[in-house]
Amino acid sequence: MPEIEIDGQLVQAPEGATIMEVAEQLGVYIPHFCYHKKLSIAANCRMCLVQVEKAAKPVPACATPATNGMKVFTHSSLAVKAQQGVMEFLLINHPLDCPICDQGGECQLQDLAVGYGAGASHYQEEKRVVFHKDAGSLISMQEMSRCIHCTRCVRFGQEIAGVMEFGMANRTMHSEIVTFLGRSVDSELSGNMIDLCPVGALTSKPFRFAARSWELSRLPSISLHDSVGANLTVQARNHRVMRVLPRENEAVNECWISDRDRFSYEGLNSPERLTKPMIRVDGQLREVEWSVALDYAAHGLRDIVARHGADEIAALAAPWSTLEEMHLLQKVVRGLGSGNVDFRPRRYDYAPSGVPAGARWLGMRIAELNELDTALVVGSFVRKDIPLFAQRLRQAAKHNGTRVTLISLGNDDPLMAMHEHVVVAPSELPAALARVVKAAALQCRVPVPAGLEAIVPDIPSEAIATSLRVRGRSMIFLGRVAVQHPHAVQIHVLAQHLSDITGANLGFFGDSGNIVGGYLSGALPSARNARTMFTDPRRAYVMLGIEPELDCHNPQLTLAALRQADLRIVLSPFISEAMREYADVLLPVAPFTETSGTFVNAEGRVQSFKGVVRPLGEARPAWKVLRVLGNLLNLDGFDQESSEEVRDAVLPPETLIDGEFASGLDNGIKLPIDPAALVSAKGVFERVADVPIYFSDPLVRRAPALQKTRDAAPPTARMSARTLAEAGLVAGAPVRLRQESIAGSGEAVLTAALDDGVPDGCVRVSAAHPATAALGDMFGTIQVEPV
Amino acid sequence: MAVLGSINPILTAGLDGDRTWRLADYVSRGGYKSLRRIFADNLTPGDVIAEVKKSVLRGRGGAGFPTGLKWSFMPRALPGEKYLICNSDEGEPGTFKDRDLLSGNPHAVIEGMVIAAYAMGATRGYNYIHGEIWSLYERFEEALAEARAAGFVGQNILGSDFSFELFAHHGYGAYICGEETALLESIEGKKGQPRFKPPFPASFGLYGQPTTINNTETLASVPFILSMGGDAFLEAGKANNGGPKLFSVSGHVNRPGNYEVPMGTPFSTLLEMAGGVRGGRKLKAVIPGGSSAPVVPADLMMECTMDYDSIAKAGSMLGSGAVIVMDETTCMVRALERLSYFYYEESCGQCTPCREGTGWLYKIIHRIENGQGVPEDLETLQRLTGNIMGRTICALGDAASMPVQSFLKHFRDEFQYHIEHRQCLVPVDVQRAGSTFFTASA
Ligand SMILES: Cc1cc2nc3c(=O)[nH]c(=O)nc-3n(C[C@H](O)[C@H](O)[C@H](O)COP(=O)(O)O)c2cc1C
Ligand code: SF4
Ligand code: SF4
Ligand code: FES
Repeated sequence: MPEIEIDGQLVQAPEGATIMEVAEQLGVYIPHFCYHKKLSIAANCRMCLVQVEKAAKPVPACATPATNGMKVFTHSSLAVKAQQGVMEFLLINHPLDCPICDQGGECQLQDLAVGYGAGASHYQEEKRVVFHKDAGSLISMQEMSRCIHCTRCVRFGQEIAGVMEFGMANRTMHSEIVTFLGRSVDSELSGNMIDLCPVGALTSKPFRFAARSWELSRLPSISLHDSVGANLTVQARNHRVMRVLPRENEAVNECWISDRDRFSYEGLNSPERLTKPMIRVDGQLREVEWSVALDYAAHGLRDIVARHGADEIAALAAPWSTLEEMHLLQKVVRGLGSGNVDFRPRRYDYAPSGVPAGARWLGMRIAELNELDTALVVGSFVRKDIPLFAQRLRQAAKHNGTRVTLISLGNDDPLMAMHEHVVVAPSELPAALARVVKAAALQCRVPVPAGLEAIVPDIPSEAIATSLRVRGRSMIFLGRVAVQHPHAVQIHVLAQHLSDITGANLGFFGDSGNIVGGYLSGALPSARNARTMFTDPRRAYVMLGIEPELDCHNPQLTLAALRQADLRIVLSPFISEAMREYADVLLPVAPFTETSGTFVNAEGRVQSFKGVVRPLGEARPAWKVLRVLGNLLNLDGFDQESSEEVRDAVLPPETLIDGEFASGLDNGIKLPIDPAALVSAKGVFERVADVPIYFSDPLVRRAPALQKTRDAAPPTARMSARTLAEAGLVAGAPVRLRQESIAGSGEAVLTAALDDGVPDGCVRVSAAHPATAALGDMFGTIQVEPV
Repeated sequence: MAVLGSINPILTAGLDGDRTWRLADYVSRGGYKSLRRIFADNLTPGDVIAEVKKSVLRGRGGAGFPTGLKWSFMPRALPGEKYLICNSDEGEPGTFKDRDLLSGNPHAVIEGMVIAAYAMGATRGYNYIHGEIWSLYERFEEALAEARAAGFVGQNILGSDFSFELFAHHGYGAYICGEETALLESIEGKKGQPRFKPPFPASFGLYGQPTTINNTETLASVPFILSMGGDAFLEAGKANNGGPKLFSVSGHVNRPGNYEVPMGTPFSTLLEMAGGVRGGRKLKAVIPGGSSAPVVPADLMMECTMDYDSIAKAGSMLGSGAVIVMDETTCMVRALERLSYFYYEESCGQCTPCREGTGWLYKIIHRIENGQGVPEDLETLQRLTGNIMGRTICALGDAASMPVQSFLKHFRDEFQYHIEHRQCLVPVDVQRAGSTFFTASA
């Protein structure tokens, strides 16, 4: 290890470290703009010039390796003069009107100009003007004259997001940051460039000019949108959330968050917020006092139990509910004597035994994603399902040579180097995985598991099996599609076999925010699950935090069951049109920013948070509402004083690993392979349903800026050229889609679109959107006809 | 070939026919003998480098770095692709020698590259030719085809186990792409922007592989070093300044053009060869090494010999060997304005001091030239050049600053006069008398 001296302090520098890195480690601040620890070195701003003994010229600290015996002076007069010289150049063309700049008060240039800038400008020439640009609904490029050309945004696109949304056009003083041929800038990670931009050039469009940074409170929170559990800083003013920023946690989200995490807060202030309890009187919803609504709910539930038995009650929690909420909900249901409770509304297929070996989880820590040698991802639109896992895999593939393979239902570009990318129809997904299992068994010379007799490995499956087998640390991940698939259990069983054969571990990405928390909360069915509670309709339903008409696997089936029920109690932060139609009791509960609670992320990390603003209107934290309901129902065990008390009952602190990870996580499954699952559909069109990133939950669906992005375009019926021809369709023409289920026939009319990334014979129709809510199962047979 | 004159020519010897660029013509002049000799005499790569070191050939691209030493930095034994690049981007104002070498003697460049590749263990080569003169690119492609067909380039060259693939690559007219690392980016298909060094190209060059970049003239000299021997090549020049050199003489001379003379030839001789100052006027100043080199006043210049050391002693640089001659009709403010405009337009815009500084310099000088200078301007110019020099990623920042500093140093009175009197010290009619533009239209 080289030993170097910085401002008189001796320090051991890690091999290959730059002066900047060593200084950072030492706590010595060297001014900088273009340097960012997660990005490649550009060395273009020159703000970090320091003096090095025996060097004729000042050197950029960010780009100069620390070598043994080096003596660095960061504040010598030579260094400071160099820094001041650069600052003068940076400011000559910069509009010096910080008071009207949105970045004012949180601007690196402003901060450093105070330290290194002169009192007055010597620059008497005309300033450069850079025209504004339209980058879509998330990022404002209104003030591009402020850009200091550090290229952080450009490098972020190239290196982190995997898509270069910004580039630097032209030379000289005329260099400017432009979007690619005027396209909108809204990859699922684009918002991070707002944070990276050291000046007010790239700013948040929704937040722009809404508040000054010093007027805002900053409180920690956790994102609910996916199983990463990204750490957030939520900024509020007057009890209104104004902005969400990443809170750095290297082990979880690093310094990034997805655009969904960042901009969904707009939904918190949606006009569709439910702010008063309501009950249905004479067919009409009426606003009532909390006590009246709760009495009504308790009375109704008791009445159903008394007249029809507790088994007629079913409850479904959104998987983005807190651990505490889910726990208390199942406690109410079980207290009443019912076992019909679940938190997995998009699941279709459930293991027969009911209760799994343990909570289904990632199978390792999130940070280990970067260190894998091989990753096989089965059934995931990974970039849009879990942007930050995709980001980590992208880095792993790039820097670590990780071989990433995707077996998926569409060839959406994951923007990373792929070892193999196998695209199959939904009904072929189990067989595609089975081929890998068999190839692995043959390669490892172990008995081929029973049930795979008819399976014939092909070239890709051989290559995938080899990649899992031959080198270092391997993982098999089951993504959202894999757990929402009609043969989800068989896919799991096959993955378990593959794991047993190859030694690769098995993990679940998790198809929603608090999925691991759901398993741990006890909200698992002991009778009917999230599907059978609707196929076998009940008389009373309790819905928590969910819009079943959009968030269930088969909305048509769910709606039919809700419509025939006698009592429908909805605890929700929002009121939807559908709820107005079916709800009997509407209880306004607090979204995550207005309540305390706990999310457990994919790696089992238990992350509790507090409310950052007070509940809107008469909304109340759901855990409190459920506690009161339990008491009104005279049930035992509803006297918790705080959400922490609820949490500690579910996850006793002494059971946590390292004080922060839940125990009791297990992905194991022991069931025979069912050859019937390995037969692909013939002679029918199959539906492929993704859950578009900005339709994935009630909050994000109500965030206006996100709803204006490309990813929020209304669903179309996407088909390959061949499928279009087979169905007698042309792209752009309307198409009638029909799906049958036990609830009857559901229909939607969409526009046919050409997408050769969709497997032949399949129609990609997104779920979770009102335009497709009338259809049936996410992956079932679908009829297609011209209108 | 357009060499207008020479003394003891080596690089341009025998280039008087109109088919000198053909393989047959080159061979008849002794071409590819050096390459053949390597295999006939079993010269090792080490032998070749030793010979080049002996010749004290210094890079003709501008920096004058000893070529043999540069070659020895290449990790020859490292497995994998290694690259050799010929820099024919030739964008420095005043420089027009490489284009004549390429059009008159392309096979010398090819032979030089193959020998250099052999010495460094390079596996692939590119000749990066600027896009402004398209015919050069086409001609080089043709010459390459000839060389390939004759077995001088490609697999198992001349039946040996040495293979070297060589390609032509054209630029598109950005001066900065002549800077070696910007050139590498450009070949990789990216925007031509210099890379920060270290790492140096010898360890992390084209596509991240070890790479050496040499100027066209540098490489064209190599076959002659082997054929005449390193010592003889050195002696053809002057101690520490080996060999002959092509000088592009431009400006106020009677016969502007390329001249090949031994290193160490007196400037006065070169000036005479170029027909002397136009119109018999008085010499005012000379930029001896391309637009980036500091300007040298006439009396000082007349004492110089044309080699790295002598010009350095006069406070300037031999650079690429572009000699820009200015007579007494020249307004030095106007001349500097034009130079500064060039750097302002050609800065790649990457690093702050150069992007912002070159523009600022130009705007001030432009103001002074247009009678709007203020007394503080000279002070500001001086200060800005100090803040640019040595603070940038590549040498363009220095290149833009040195003319400003030297013009101010030697011709400060003209600048002051401009600021005080809002007009030129050199009367306009005198300037016009010295201008082809005005004399042609008169
Ligand atoms: C702004 C700039 C422009 C340059 N342009 C050229 C050029 O056009 N041709 C050239 O040979 N070298 C040019 N150089 C020098 C090259 O970077 C490099 O030093 C040279 O090609 C090395 O070759 P040599 O060692 O044979 O001289 C330029 C350097 C700078 C900083
Ligand atoms: S827009 Fe911002 S991040 Fe991008 S180059 Fe300009 S200052 Fe840097
Ligand atoms: S010095 Fe000028 S040309 Fe060179 S890298 Fe910096 S901005 Fe580009
Ligand atoms: S931080 Fe080092 S040059 Fe920008």
